[in-house]
Amino acid sequence: MKSGFFSKLREKAGFKSVTSSVLCIIAGILVGFLVMILLSIVNERTSIGNAFKGLLILLGGPFSSGRGAYIITNLGDMIFYATPLIMTGVSVAIAYKTGLFNIGAAGQFLMGLTGALLVALNINTNGNPAMGVLVWILAVLVGTLSGMVWGAIPGFFRAVFNVNEVIVCIMTNWIAANIVSWIFGSMPNLINSGSGKSGYLITTAATGNGTPTLGLNKIFKGSYIDMGIIVAVLIAIAIYIMLTKTTLGYELRACGANRNGAKYAGMNEKRNIILSMAIAGGLAAIGGALYYLNPGIEFKFDSAYATLPDYGFNGIPAALLGSNNPIAVIFVSLFIRYLNVGGGNLPSAGFNKYIADVIIALIIYFAGFSKFFSDILSRRKKRAEADLIAKAVLPDPGAAAAAAGSVTQAATEAAESVTPTVTEAAESVTEAVMETAESVTPTVTEAAEAAETVLEQTPVLENTGKEDDK
Amino acid sequence: MVFLLQKTLIYAAPLLIVALGGMFSERSGVINLALEGEMIFGAFCGAILARALAISGAFGSNIQLLFLVVLLFSALCGALFSLLLSFSAINMKADQTIGGTALNMLAAAVVNAFALSLFNSEKIQMPANFSGYVILNNDIPPILQIFGDKAYLSTYVIVIAFVLLSIWIYKTKTGMRMRACGEHPQAAASVGINVFKMRYLGTVISGALAGLGGYAYIATVSNGTAEASVGGMGFLALAIMIFGNWKPLGIALGALLFGFLKCIGPVSSSLDFLKNLGLPMYFYNIIPYVVVLIVLALTSKKSGCPKAEGIPYDKGMR
Repeated sequence: MKSGFFSKLREKAGFKSVTSSVLCIIAGILVGFLVMILLSIVNERTSIGNAFKGLLILLGGPFSSGRGAYIITNLGDMIFYATPLIMTGVSVAIAYKTGLFNIGAAGQFLMGLTGALLVALNINTNGNPAMGVLVWILAVLVGTLSGMVWGAIPGFFRAVFNVNEVIVCIMTNWIAANIVSWIFGSMPNLINSGSGKSGYLITTAATGNGTPTLGLNKIFKGSYIDMGIIVAVLIAIAIYIMLTKTTLGYELRACGANRNGAKYAGMNEKRNIILSMAIAGGLAAIGGALYYLNPGIEFKFDSAYATLPDYGFNGIPAALLGSNNPIAVIFVSLFIRYLNVGGGNLPSAGFNKYIADVIIALIIYFAGFSKFFSDILSRRKKRAEADLIAKAVLPDPGAAAAAAGSVTQAATEAAESVTPTVTEAAESVTEAVMETAESVTPTVTEAAEAAETVLEQTPVLENTGKEDDK
Repeated sequence: MVFLLQKTLIYAAPLLIVALGGMFSERSGVINLALEGEMIFGAFCGAILARALAISGAFGSNIQLLFLVVLLFSALCGALFSLLLSFSAINMKADQTIGGTALNMLAAAVVNAFALSLFNSEKIQMPANFSGYVILNNDIPPILQIFGDKAYLSTYVIVIAFVLLSIWIYKTKTGMRMRACGEHPQAAASVGINVFKMRYLGTVISGALAGLGGYAYIATVSNGTAEASVGGMGFLALAIMIFGNWKPLGIALGALLFGFLKCIGPVSSSLDFLKNLGLPMYFYNIIPYVVVLIVLALTSKKSGCPKAEGIPYDKGMR
């Protein structure tokens, strides 16, 4: 057997998920490239050469923006646009850890921005920066709360009525979209009536409650960047700690791993489902609040009821590619925005920005295959180990049926020698082994699998014996 | 009243056929969350063909025949697109919720990318006479007007397809085998049914119906505008399928009910008695979704959900 740093690394779950994510990304980009080739052929203005140029631009992300100043601005925007994505990504991730699929991040995002903008646009603090910061904090909190309530609805339906959360999330998304248009449509004082504007709200620039920039906009000149990214990163880290180091986090994960097991262990699984969805809703809502509290971002309320915001759905790839790890979601979100900025530069190669969306959708599509590949890998590994055992146990690999019998006998003997008094335990194990042995068709590898089962169960038996001796 | 019922039929038709499509997929054991995406993709392909045929003048003045051809083409494209879901869910044993979500995003992105690249706009507007009514007859009695006046060819096609396919899945050998694969695939396999094949059949029929419903939607409800959205009709169809307890009659009832609820919002401004209530359109838009939630909460206990739905078929499991 090989040993050393790399083979140890390969054993780690984290490494496996990073590898599979990278494979998904590569596969997504390759198929996206094929789409570009197809587009370059059907569109008479472009040729296949454009597809190669497009691929380079896409992979260059903000660095394919031309002049240095544009690159800096686009880098800043990339970080800014990643902020809401981190929040919706962590939102989807925490729900997933509890065994729930939060496809309702879009609606929670909308409720979050609604709560936040209702506060930030109705209170005017122009000329008083300190008050502006206080109102900003209040706005984020109100937004978060609205999102938590909105997220709790699918959780409630799931926990109490056992209705699939996916369908409830989809319904609440559309309800939220209509509510948002309704609320802001009835508030003429918040509507931007400036020239050439139709259906937009005023921004926090008018009321002085914009997100503080902490000088980040001086580093990334001309971009929208503000301290929202710092807030988002801190929250993602906090959620990571909550999930891995606290009782609540453990309970949520236990619910996700095995709901009945968690219930049997005395956890209130219904409360955990509602709580998890409420937290997920709050997180997505912070994303909406942070995005629209930026003084430069305008909210178009009049068409909000007809289309759901992309941020909600893009949280799903962010979470999936990051293996539902909040820290990984930060990096994945930045990567997705990197591709989006690259996509925004595509018109110079004769394509449009939606190519980046195609690639992101393909990446999630391929992410679904990861289980299949990891199954193949682990099956192969198990086979190899079982073969080794088989060679050790069976001098004559041809007599597979007899071998299965002898393995069973060996196991029985082992069991008896370990626990002579606890016959019941031994019997049950023997039975299990007998069943395994019976079900195997006479091939070497499968007899070996039976052997493996025996070896796995023997230590358990030892433990039982010890406890009974006491 | 006649106007409202006509509108109800127009909204109900795509919901009816797409919900039946969802049923086919789920009865064979695959959750089809990609209905929305299949509708978008099928409708977009249909719109491109309709434009191309209109420009070439292949069908001359025979708009209805052209409509029929385009409907069938949309169904074909929806079926092709659904193969992506079949492959992911059946062969790769991927999580069907994730696969479906990915396909919804993919359909929207692909449609946007191709529309902008080929037509310089995210929306394709088909020629106005394309979504023309089949029959315009104001002389017939009001009851007949509902079905005979200002009705679309697609509505008739959908109703016929709905009836035939409902009988097919209940009364034919293949239909019963397909349903068996959704309830207990291992048992089905033990009597020699090819589960993979049946599930492919279920998802492909589902995709075809979604594509057909998608084109019916853009040709009728959205007045011939194809874009990367069907306004959540695919998801509503999914909810109707659950509302209908995975059965054709329930689905028919659900589609009519939600077709009615769904059309109130858009037509509220042209009906005097609704206008007098002074409620905004958004209020009426919300009603169908709220009703779905209430119904789901009330009916979830006695669900007719196929037992093996969403679980990838594994030959080794017994």
